[in-house]
Amino acid sequence: MALDDRKSQFLYVGTTPDRPDGLDKVTGRAKFGADAYAPGMLHGAILRSPHAHARIKRIDTSRAEALKDVKAIVTRADFADVPFAPGLEGEFWNVLENVMAGDTALYDGHAIAAVAATSALAARDALKLIDVRYEELPHVTDVDEAMKEGAPVIREGAADYSVPEGMHPNVVRYHESGHGDVEAGFAEADLVIEDHFVTEATHQGYIEPHACLATLGGDGKGELWCCTQGHWIVQKTCAALLGIETSQLRVTASEIGGGFGGKTTVFIEPVALALSRKANRPVKIVMSRNEVFRATGPTASASMDVKIGMKKDGTITAAEGVFRLQGGAFPGAPGDMTAMCAFAPYNLTNVRQVGYDVMTNRPKQAAYRAPGSPMAAFATESVIDELCKQLGLDPIEVRLKNASHEGTKASYGPRFERIGLVETLEAAKAHPHYSAPLKPGQGRGISCGFWFNHGGETSVSLSLSEDGTVQLAVGTPDIGGSRASMALMAAEVLGVPYENIRVTIADTATLGYNDVSHGSRVTYASGLATIKAAEDAVQRLCARAAAKWGIPEDAVKWENGCAVPSGPNAGEFDPLPLAEITATMGQTGGPISGHYEATPEGAGVSFATHIVDAEVDRETGKTKVVRYTVVQDAGKAIHPTYVEGQFQGGAAQGIGWALNEEYIYNDSGRLENPLFLDYRIPVASDLPMIDTVIVEVPNPGHPYGVRGVGETSICPPLAAIANAVSAAAEVRMRRLPMSPPRVLSALKSDG
Amino acid sequence: MVEVHLWSALRRFADGRETVEVEASTVGQMLDALKRDYPGLAAPIDAGVSVSVDGRIIASDLTEPVAPESEVYLMQRLRGG
Repeated sequence: MALDDRKSQFLYVGTTPDRPDGLDKVTGRAKFGADAYAPGMLHGAILRSPHAHARIKRIDTSRAEALKDVKAIVTRADFADVPFAPGLEGEFWNVLENVMAGDTALYDGHAIAAVAATSALAARDALKLIDVRYEELPHVTDVDEAMKEGAPVIREGAADYSVPEGMHPNVVRYHESGHGDVEAGFAEADLVIEDHFVTEATHQGYIEPHACLATLGGDGKGELWCCTQGHWIVQKTCAALLGIETSQLRVTASEIGGGFGGKTTVFIEPVALALSRKANRPVKIVMSRNEVFRATGPTASASMDVKIGMKKDGTITAAEGVFRLQGGAFPGAPGDMTAMCAFAPYNLTNVRQVGYDVMTNRPKQAAYRAPGSPMAAFATESVIDELCKQLGLDPIEVRLKNASHEGTKASYGPRFERIGLVETLEAAKAHPHYSAPLKPGQGRGISCGFWFNHGGETSVSLSLSEDGTVQLAVGTPDIGGSRASMALMAAEVLGVPYENIRVTIADTATLGYNDVSHGSRVTYASGLATIKAAEDAVQRLCARAAAKWGIPEDAVKWENGCAVPSGPNAGEFDPLPLAEITATMGQTGGPISGHYEATPEGAGVSFATHIVDAEVDRETGKTKVVRYTVVQDAGKAIHPTYVEGQFQGGAAQGIGWALNEEYIYNDSGRLENPLFLDYRIPVASDLPMIDTVIVEVPNPGHPYGVRGVGETSICPPLAAIANAVSAAAEVRMRRLPMSPPRVLSALKSDG
Repeated sequence: MVEVHLWSALRRFADGRETVEVEASTVGQMLDALKRDYPGLAAPIDAGVSVSVDGRIIASDLTEPVAPESEVYLMQRLRGG
């Protein structure tokens, strides 16, 4: 996409007005997933497997069906009966298998059957009367164990073309890439370090559980209200699983209490629709926190080996990594992304990376901010840190010496366009944090991080009202203040105040297709589409002015919210404000709108550098992050406060992942900590004030230079914190989370 | 002809070559030509790939242009959170 209209001077972009949904959020007026009601509504509940791996021999629902409050019960048979369903393949089949088990329960928490009853209590009581006979099967929940010969096979035939012969059937995807000669590179090095690193699965930890209200009639027409990051993918997936036509299912996205990648697929929505179709009444399902942990996607866990060679002057001569990720009982763990991100920050002559996607008896993993990249950085940046330490080199200088820049051949292949890694490193080096003295017992860690970012299918529609105000309809659920950013970009083009623009997240019936709010794509792609839609409207406004003045359309330009003659030859006319044109638009050609539909393909990759200070209580093993600074390239910060919010959010979630969060499975393969009491996300007292520095190296693929910021911020924290804790504890930390027992153990065993 | 770079794991489907050449002026034509000339690449391409053209990553738009002088890499399909 040629972008010859790049803008660098802004009136509205770069300001920080209050978010348009602020009052709704603080007064409780905002409607989230569980806030919808319908006449005659039933409540759904889902029976879940208590076993990690078990054949389902028989499901007897007769006792539950006999209850007068029970109006419908569904099992997998209620999906398979649909004529369309037997044709399901690929990811649709995986999703169906995940939302309702077929002949085998694949993990603790896997859905087996569902009930719709007149109250939530009655539905839950009815679950107890469903008799399921299981035949327990051997299970495996650890990625390394799952790859070993003799490990229980989760599903034969799930591997695709990429897996070389001879690997265990649980290895379902394989990636290998790189360039140069790593062995020759290691031979050139003065020091080579190879180490093994492990991260546990963590949950996205969104505060709002999944919730939906579904209506589906015998005529194949349905309505669905749900908490999601993308309602068009919900529409497409549910239609496929239920065997109905896509356009006959209208999906509306509720406000969303966090997603972070975990709400980019469906879990309860097809179940609620199936129950509704059977009961012929609306059905609402709200997940408990226990269900969220057991049956929605955590991130993958990882086992990784990284080897890096370095010269005494800090030059990296070669890098090699093997990344094994388990993604639960389905293909999808981002072994490929992990491998491709691992060495991307560095300009390497010799590099090789291998990624494995491995199935285990755990819930189907879902995306979590920059899926794969945080784990990769943990392994890579820990080894670089250790090389710097042993060679007596400054960690930022070493990273600057090896940093990728425009024209660098990336570790995953192509050459980079304009990127801002060096600028983040320079800003980190200049930040007072980097030169601040440390207290005894404290350590400082540095890490870089990388993420690709994404564009995706996007539709935006903008309509003008007679009074000159603006309605902007976008299709990407607002998960981080994006309505404010969209309004700022529309205001910039139209030249009208931010407050005059009302941004709505349209439902699937009122706007063209939109991909999910993921891949840090919203401010980039919906923003680009908003700019183009506003420019489309401006063109129509100029045409009305031209007609009024009796001059050619190309003799009119748009300036400060007014149509004006484009030059002295166009004639002398007073500026015609937007509101004056719209006041009479019904009599001058009809309503004025603008729209834009495209798949923008210039998202622009993104880099960050984090600085962390941590201290370790050597008696208890408790770690505290005492200072944290995020430096990240945003391309152009449309709303700087919300960019800072994304930076801080990524760091806060990274602190949780690094220090405390983990899925703990017992020997039976059951999740032991499916509650926030036992699965510890950071609370305010765990966090320091997270300082931020916004670096702006414009993205060549966006008219204002925007790069997505939502994901890159979680790439460096695991490594930066591990490097800080390792420095404070004087022992290399190789396993996350660095919970007090692990730190104590490391202190005792010296690593 | 457009020179297309393959990631390591794909080379076994293209007689071990790191780069292959096909006649194409768009990403879509390029992928079709790859599948025609190297049938082993059909499975990975059908499973979904991204394409980097001169460093710009094309996730899905088959109409994006490619030229003989373009630097073109097949990449794993990108996924985000």
